Amino acid sequence: MNRKTDAFAFDAETMARAQKIVARYPEGRQASAVIPLLDLAQRQNGNWLSQEAMDYVAGLLGMPQVRVYEVASFYTMFNLKPVGTYLVQVCTTTPCWLRGSDGIVAACKDKLGVGIGETTPNGKFTLVEVECMGACVNAPAVQINDDVYEDLTPETMGRILDELKAGKSPKPGSQAGRRGSSPQDAQGGPKEEGGDA
Amino acid sequence: MPKLTIDGIEVEVAQGTSILQACEQIGIEIPRFCFHDKLSVVASCRMCLVEVEKMPKPVPSCAQPCADGMVVHTNSPAVKKARKGVMELLLINHPLDCPICDQGGECDLQDQAVAYGRSCGRYRDEKRAVPEKDFGPLIKTAMTRCIHCTRCVRFLNEICGTPELGGMKRGENLEIGMYAEHALTSELSGNLIDICPVGALTNKPNAFAARSWEYQKTETVDVMDAVGSNIRVDTIGNVARRILPRLNEDVNEEWISDKTRFAVDGLRYGRLDKPWVKRDGALVPASWDEAFSVIADRLRDVPAGRVGALAGDLADCESMFALKMLLTGLGSPNLDCRQDGALYDVSSRGAYIMNSGISGIEEADAILLIGTNPRHEAALINARIRKRWLRGGCRVGVIGPEVDPGYPYTYISASPGAIPAILDGREAFASVLKDAQRPMFIVGAGALARPDGAAIHRYVRELAESFNAVREDWNGFNVLQHAAARVGGLDLGFLPQESGWGTRDILNGRLEFLWLLGADEVDLSNIGGAFVVYQGHHGDAGARRADVILPGAAYTEKMGLYVNTEGRPQLALQAAFPPGEAREDWAIVRAVSDACGATLPFDTLMQLREAMFEYAPVLECAGQVQKTLWESFGGDGRLSHDPFGLAVPNFYMTNPICRASPTMAKCSEEILPLLRREGTE
Repeated sequence: MNRKTDAFAFDAETMARAQKIVARYPEGRQASAVIPLLDLAQRQNGNWLSQEAMDYVAGLLGMPQVRVYEVASFYTMFNLKPVGTYLVQVCTTTPCWLRGSDGIVAACKDKLGVGIGETTPNGKFTLVEVECMGACVNAPAVQINDDVYEDLTPETMGRILDELKAGKSPKPGSQAGRRGSSPQDAQGGPKEEGGDA
Repeated sequence: MPKLTIDGIEVEVAQGTSILQACEQIGIEIPRFCFHDKLSVVASCRMCLVEVEKMPKPVPSCAQPCADGMVVHTNSPAVKKARKGVMELLLINHPLDCPICDQGGECDLQDQAVAYGRSCGRYRDEKRAVPEKDFGPLIKTAMTRCIHCTRCVRFLNEICGTPELGGMKRGENLEIGMYAEHALTSELSGNLIDICPVGALTNKPNAFAARSWEYQKTETVDVMDAVGSNIRVDTIGNVARRILPRLNEDVNEEWISDKTRFAVDGLRYGRLDKPWVKRDGALVPASWDEAFSVIADRLRDVPAGRVGALAGDLADCESMFALKMLLTGLGSPNLDCRQDGALYDVSSRGAYIMNSGISGIEEADAILLIGTNPRHEAALINARIRKRWLRGGCRVGVIGPEVDPGYPYTYISASPGAIPAILDGREAFASVLKDAQRPMFIVGAGALARPDGAAIHRYVRELAESFNAVREDWNGFNVLQHAAARVGGLDLGFLPQESGWGTRDILNGRLEFLWLLGADEVDLSNIGGAFVVYQGHHGDAGARRADVILPGAAYTEKMGLYVNTEGRPQLALQAAFPPGEAREDWAIVRAVSDACGATLPFDTLMQLREAMFEYAPVLECAGQVQKTLWESFGGDGRLSHDPFGLAVPNFYMTNPICRASPTMAKCSEEILPLLRREGTE
């Protein structure tokens, strides 16, 4: 059953991007674009997918709504409930855990005053635990919205959250100052241009 | 044509046959959960694993096409071990609650666990539990029992065209369900109960009524619409508790509509179980003899020309034939079986049946629906149209109400005004019909009951003839009836006799004596002071107006012949006894004839049938459709420009049985608003 809804619609800019994505697929295969379009919808909708947003995507792609819900509920990166302005995703899978993710989780809880899966009362931060995000070489790692912060210590984690609270944009990437994943004390390793590593 | 060896038996099968189907052809049973021969193949349950020589691993036989020279083993130790492993995995999260599960005794998982299950489980960790879902008033869920075969998901997707269920979340957390729960809106949703191989989806209104082996089973036919679905009525004691489909590929395949399945509880409420006679303005219980004498007295006083009878939508052929003989014997020509007052030409059989047949839909390559919403008038015929559409190469056009039948269509117009435009090729859909090898025209009985029904009838015939849809090997002229009694009544000529009155005249107040044979869908407000005899099984509209009530038997309580919209006569068998003093309807008419001195010439049902078959030989071969000779028919008048209405505004409330059914009332309350919101109506 497709409910009719007009509670959500793409803005002009998102619509243009969506159309570009849909055009990649042959006629009659528009449903293939469901994942990128859900991502666009999530971005426009304050980082979560409301049912109206999913229904809108279903209508746009001419597919049954339930097929969209199946996709959206399958992938954990689609948030089906509202989240804070900053979605703090702490990796606690084995490599990060060996490199001290417990301390990172504790630092987040301490700094934000919320537990795993909770949102701060001001609606700014949501803290969640995630599985491996593929940043093991720079473990422990945390993803905040689109940015990944690596080589964290409880102190640097606290600093990042403080900066975000203050409205600043902390620099993503390694917080230990290394470039990419080069060895931490490498002599001949690649160095950042003008860097101090 | 690949040739292969299965368990040492050489077999040649058609290209594309799966190993599982090939096994079935030679009588080897392969266990399965997710495979269903009417649904797409997903090969997800892995229960049908077989060993194929030179293949490294056991293969799912449902998804493996046969190839030349294959050597298949279905019973080797490796196969048994593989299936045992699958069964053990399936049972990890399945609760051991068979003793309190309604599926117990008719459960695929239970049966197959006997063959492939271990005597005890080795799993020592916690089982997962899934919260129950609300799928509406018809289906009870116990989702912890679900084994994720996705038959229900595919059924709604493919057969119904109402994709409402899906697999939500993933892995360990996978659940079959909806995102925001609501009642399932399909008219065929009850079939999910049958196709669910475990006890996850069970019959809600009949929950915990009985164990499956306790039912007395009677094979009969349905009367809720004019499809004539083949059903099995399960009774406990004298109470019909549930209705299941029987396989008949020509009629209902293996499905039935929700009305067919769930209106059965209407047979328990509001029943007429003794004769009633009106005395001093109030109905009082009476004996059969009193009732007969009141009728006989009255008939003596009324001139035969002022006596009339109407037959309702659920009447069986025998009782209509008996009543017709009674009335004509008394000299009354005023008879009609068309409660809707339709006046189109019914002089030849081809003019009022579905000439292509229900299975003929699968051969059609263009279908034009005129003034009908088959989804609600004949849900299974709609499912056939969807099945045909899904296969590809068939376009559907609609003149009539704009509804969601579950398949896309070309919308032509709301009123019959477009028919002449198609005839002379001005309308674009005409080219689709012209290019079609087997075009099909389906006109709803509701459209033919309009004031311009006769003209619509003639125009549709002209359409069929001009697009070469009426020829030796194909007849594409179809009337979609929605009353189970209609074709039978027309076959038996339960129609105004020489200078007699039809429904409209019967109801306009000139009659002095009116016999209603289960006729409840007529407007009795203008009949004035006519003396009304109501013969039927439910205290519905007709009984409320009656002066004498003769309690009859419902379709599960008598032997009877019903003719479906294709013109297929089918025998209904008796599953239970009528309540109280109620009697079989033909016998009541026979008894009245005796009381008023016009005794009918038969004493048994067989004698009656003999006379009936002599009058209408097309009814003689039960289960078979006799070939109908095409005779052109007329039809006066002009087409009006009024839009077509809905012949069945509420699918769940079409006859006295549904109206007495608490389950149907719940459906009207919970499902209809969803359909309206969705724009199905």
